[in-house]
Amino acid sequence: MKTLLITFMLLEEGGHKGGLLDIDPGLIIWTLITFGLLLVLLGKFAWKPIITTLQERETKIKNSLEQAEKARRDAEGLIAKNNEMLAQAEREAQDIARKAKENAEKLKNEIAEQAKIEAVKLLQTAKKEIDNEKNSALVFLKNEVAAMAVQAAGKIIGANLDAEKHRKLVDDFIKEMPTSKN
Amino acid sequence: MLLNLLQDPHAQHEGTKAAAKAVEETGKVDIGGTILHHITNSHELELPFFGVVKLPHFDPIHIGSMTIDLSPTKHVVMMWIVALLLLLVFTVLARPKLIPKGLYNFFESIIVYIREEVVRPNFGEKTDAYVNYFLTVFFFILFANLLGLIPFGSTATGNIAVTATLAVCTFLVTQYSAVKAQGVVGYFRHLMGGIDQMDMNIAMKAVLIVIMVPVEFIGLFTKPFALCIRLFANMTAGHVVILSLIGLIFVLKSVFVGIFVSIPMALFIYMLEIFVAFLQAYVFTLLSAIFIGMALHSGHEEHAVEAEHH
Repeated sequence: MKTLLITFMLLEEGGHKGGLLDIDPGLIIWTLITFGLLLVLLGKFAWKPIITTLQERETKIKNSLEQAEKARRDAEGLIAKNNEMLAQAEREAQDIARKAKENAEKLKNEIAEQAKIEAVKLLQTAKKEIDNEKNSALVFLKNEVAAMAVQAAGKIIGANLDAEKHRKLVDDFIKEMPTSKN
Repeated sequence: MLLNLLQDPHAQHEGTKAAAKAVEETGKVDIGGTILHHITNSHELELPFFGVVKLPHFDPIHIGSMTIDLSPTKHVVMMWIVALLLLLVFTVLARPKLIPKGLYNFFESIIVYIREEVVRPNFGEKTDAYVNYFLTVFFFILFANLLGLIPFGSTATGNIAVTATLAVCTFLVTQYSAVKAQGVVGYFRHLMGGIDQMDMNIAMKAVLIVIMVPVEFIGLFTKPFALCIRLFANMTAGHVVILSLIGLIFVLKSVFVGIFVSIPMALFIYMLEIFVAFLQAYVFTLLSAIFIGMALHSGHEEHAVEAEHH
């Protein structure tokens, strides 16, 4: 509808000076000059700095994103490392505790063993001592009893049986006695 | 009815004064003359508070049989205002900032859109070499379109000489890019539709060349011609429609029509015109980008791209 209207107007106007379809050469030249100047001036003073700014921003955003990504990765690495270290520390602590327990157990057992051995040894020594004491006491007693018997027999009989004969007599007697135990 | 108005033979080029005179003499309003006066070029400016200002008139220059009148006209002055506005906006008001803010943010979003969505799909790596041209074309057309919507303004892009010049610029850039991309030999081979490389006998080739060369040759000019007419017609038509709707008030001499028909309709069309101002600037830029981009990529892709956009 619009186009039709314009076409009619153009047909009506064509040919007359100042009509819609008349191309004014002066205006063409002015348009060329204005548009050309505008192209040069805007190109130099407007579009160039604006496009440069756009490119700058593009690189800046790109770099920032890359940096952020890198920082994120670094942080993740650090966290992972931290976690690993924590886990290791825990493991080590558990290890230490376990070892300490084991050592303590071992030490306890060792000490107990030692004590037992010591006790047995002590007992044996004591027994030996007692045996020794008993033997020496027995020997002493034997001698004493022999002397006393000799004395008593001498006194009783009053005979002059010398001491040498008597001793021999008693020794023989003792030898005939069954050996005592302990 | 509108056509009758527009075809009214009386006092079509005389301007408002003549129209007023006609009203006094005949009691009839010359709507067609008023509309034409509004949309055509003239040697006077209508300014607020100053009234009509005559622009200086120089003697025309004669080159051969051509007569070139270089005296500034209304549309020349409008273009200068557009140029000054563009320089003011893009070098003072909207300085580039790394963190976009305020007015610059608005214009930058448009610039980024043109660079990334209009130019880059057609130019790829060569985007930044060509983006200046498309940004200038877009904002020049946009500002000229919008200036025509302001009271006392006039649409320079509603003048066919202006749109033709812009289309010729696109045409020249297209041909320059084609020669640069394909070489002179490749350029002419492309103009023959690549017939010389086809597998057929010489007679057949000759016949095809006779047909194809004019077709391809005309094809070079139809695209910029369409660019020129599209922008011119769209910018002119909107104004004609708005003024015609307003004209209804005076033709029908009815307050009722004025309040309930003309003003709402004219407002609606005015809103549409604001949209069209952006749309046509975008279309001109986009089609220029497609044509020049096609010239850069030689040969057979062209027809595929063209088919896609029709």
